[in-house]
Amino acid sequence: MTATAEKPAEAGAIPSMTVTLKILRFDPDGLDGREAGTEYWEEFTVEAHATDRVLDALHKIKWEQDGSLAFRRSCAHGVCGSDAMRINARNRLACKTLLKDLNPAKPIMVEPIKGLPVEKDLIVDMEPFFASYREIMPFLMTTGTAPERERLQSPEDRARFDDTTKCILCAACTTSCPVFWTDGQYFGPQAIVGAHRFIFDSRDEGEWDRLEILNDKAGVWKCRTAFNCTEACPRGIEVTKAISEVKHALNTGEI
Amino acid sequence: MTTEHEFDVVIVGAGGAGMRAALESSQRAKTAVITKLYPTRSHTGAAQGGMAAALSNVEDDNAEWHTFDTVKGGDYLVDQDAAEILCKEAVDAVLDLEKMGLPFNRTPEGKVDQRRFGGHTRNHGEAAVRRACYAADRTGHMILQTLYQQCIKQEVEFFNEFYVLDLILDGDPQAAGDDGEVAAAGVVAYQLSTGEVHTFRAKSVIFATGGAGKVFKTTSNAHTLTGDGMGIALRAGIPLEDMEFFQFHPTGLAGLGILLSEAARGEGGILRNSEGERFMERYAPTIKDLAPRDMVARAMANEVREGRGCGPNKDYVLLDLTHLEPSHIDEKLPDITEFARTYLGVEPYTEPVPVFPTAHYAMGGIPTNVQGEVLRDNTHVVKGLYAAGECACVSVHGANRLGTNSLLDINVFGRRAGIAAAEYANATDVTPELPADASARVEALVAQLRETVGGDGTERVAQIRKELQETMDRNVQVFRTSDSLAEAHGVVKELQERYKNVAIHDRGTRFNTDLLEAIELGFLLELSEVVIAGAEGRKESRGGHYREDFPTRDDENYMQHTMAYKRADGTVDLDWKPVVVTKYQPMERKY
Repeated sequence: MTATAEKPAEAGAIPSMTVTLKILRFDPDGLDGREAGTEYWEEFTVEAHATDRVLDALHKIKWEQDGSLAFRRSCAHGVCGSDAMRINARNRLACKTLLKDLNPAKPIMVEPIKGLPVEKDLIVDMEPFFASYREIMPFLMTTGTAPERERLQSPEDRARFDDTTKCILCAACTTSCPVFWTDGQYFGPQAIVGAHRFIFDSRDEGEWDRLEILNDKAGVWKCRTAFNCTEACPRGIEVTKAISEVKHALNTGEI
Repeated sequence: MTTEHEFDVVIVGAGGAGMRAALESSQRAKTAVITKLYPTRSHTGAAQGGMAAALSNVEDDNAEWHTFDTVKGGDYLVDQDAAEILCKEAVDAVLDLEKMGLPFNRTPEGKVDQRRFGGHTRNHGEAAVRRACYAADRTGHMILQTLYQQCIKQEVEFFNEFYVLDLILDGDPQAAGDDGEVAAAGVVAYQLSTGEVHTFRAKSVIFATGGAGKVFKTTSNAHTLTGDGMGIALRAGIPLEDMEFFQFHPTGLAGLGILLSEAARGEGGILRNSEGERFMERYAPTIKDLAPRDMVARAMANEVREGRGCGPNKDYVLLDLTHLEPSHIDEKLPDITEFARTYLGVEPYTEPVPVFPTAHYAMGGIPTNVQGEVLRDNTHVVKGLYAAGECACVSVHGANRLGTNSLLDINVFGRRAGIAAAEYANATDVTPELPADASARVEALVAQLRETVGGDGTERVAQIRKELQETMDRNVQVFRTSDSLAEAHGVVKELQERYKNVAIHDRGTRFNTDLLEAIELGFLLELSEVVIAGAEGRKESRGGHYREDFPTRDDENYMQHTMAYKRADGTVDLDWKPVVVTKYQPMERKY
């Protein structure tokens, strides 16, 4: 059972290929003669299938070559938001990026997402990110007594904020934003997406509280419409559009 | 170094059940939620199709029909008193979520919309009924986000990326007997970011740690679903109930196991074999593709076995959505169709999607009563200890869970456990003392694994895990026999031996996920043995447990739950607990 010899390719089997990953590592412990806090690039070569995810390749490295390689992951199909990382200089989820969609002729560059403190290898401190999310009061606010049955909402009103309900808090948008990288105060696009989801929910009555927060110096006016966030979102949320809708609401006083 | 904490209620796990419990408990008592992930990474977020409740928003329905379907769907192994509560409290559970802000899909009148799902019927099986409340095919995501948002609002205290590894009780539950008492005193956790060990003293402890799908190779479950909570309870001397019942969801993406919601069939999708035949007409003439999951999964495996599978290796069947309008697919099934495009390169508008059963859900788990209190035998509870969600067994799912009943389960029994745990804590004057050596077992476990770095150990965690998952897929999946189970049992025992010789490679203290995976594997190896032991002991076929050597249900001998105990010498003993029957006598299960 321990033999690892590959079975001969069966009919319909996907051909394997050799892939090199160049990973930006960070050693918080100072092992193997390194100083604690050393950042360094390391290359790994693995056999993989074209249909494998970058996450599969990272697992192969961890499970077969270097158990100390650290990254977060859970669901492995793009819904839990654990494994956002910079792959070939673009923020993506490792579990939603297939090797065949990257150029296998060149090493695949893998780095932690930018703008949050790196803790180990591809793991960053997510706390500042979640703190910004909490700032915008991401929960339904209503007044008066709740109805006995559900609050009514037309399908059209429900559709109004559908896009921003898809957010999985992976931080791919926020950590792709050049303003977020350089400005330690800016909430970042995700917090605005999180606010948008409630501001445009017909049931919510806290929209002006949230807009007030987003009107602040750390808020929505910092956005320079770079569109990085929209490109980075693994859920296909039109982040820049959501931000512009928030700006429009602030400019016109209309939601 | 050990840091000590003290709370009234400690909740382990921050998925739907854990956070629903926290919303109740934190209003009443000082509460901590401990999770090995971040709350929003929990696997509740991967649930897709809906949450059952007889709201009657789109057609006539009631809680009694729902109860009947749940009992029949569970092949009469369901405890009927628990199912009655589940279905009666379902309506409020959905309405509560709506009031918390959950963005359900809506009817033209603005009410919560509902759709069809497997095994949910009108008037005791007449036809499929629209009972599943949903938000596109991301209902679990919306539940997880909404509960997390409410936890933020209530300022619930979270300990993120703390891995609970031990449960502290004030006595041995297997030695307490009829007159003795055992109570929870707290838990011990390993902090991933620092490698530090923390003790949490508490009056009440709630386990809401989710499933154990990673005992199988092909699974819809996250990498992190390694049955930690069940394993901790087992090691503490608490039995596990009905562990032989594992649900294989019919429509996993072929070869990958990624879940494609039953909502695909609820919205009109059809399963076809290599001859293009809608084969479910033969297996369930009335509700066809919307038969319960155990029946559909078995039918699919049978089609493949009899040579009517599709693809170059004839090893899957097809889920056909091509007759549905693309706009309907986009509106109702956006995520799962994207999964098919991303991972298989298949366009569901025009091509059928290759699917095959995938290990999905543990019907069994830590036994509890309807208040969520954990049982240490058939009748006695461990005081102050609760469990809810997939890690628990109430049992509302019996031998086969109906789709959309798990999102319901976590809300109904998460809420109940949260209330009961807080009330127990408030009625208890003094927080139990932890013994001086409370953290010793965890410290020893961590130290022992750490010492394997660079040592003589020759086994790799990933290799043992792979062999375990392969034998479980081969021998303990949809079809089981005494031979296949014996083979799996042998392999698991051998792997447990080899595990003693495992070596990890990360010497670091911070985010040592290598160490984490080694610990998780220990739980998987122990739980696999319990699954197999239950499957060997149950010499009948019922729900998700199908024995080819005992192909019929045997109500005379097996209207009973298995209760598996791990003894001090490491052996697993099976005992039996009668099913609670209130209204519904077992009948032949036809659809």
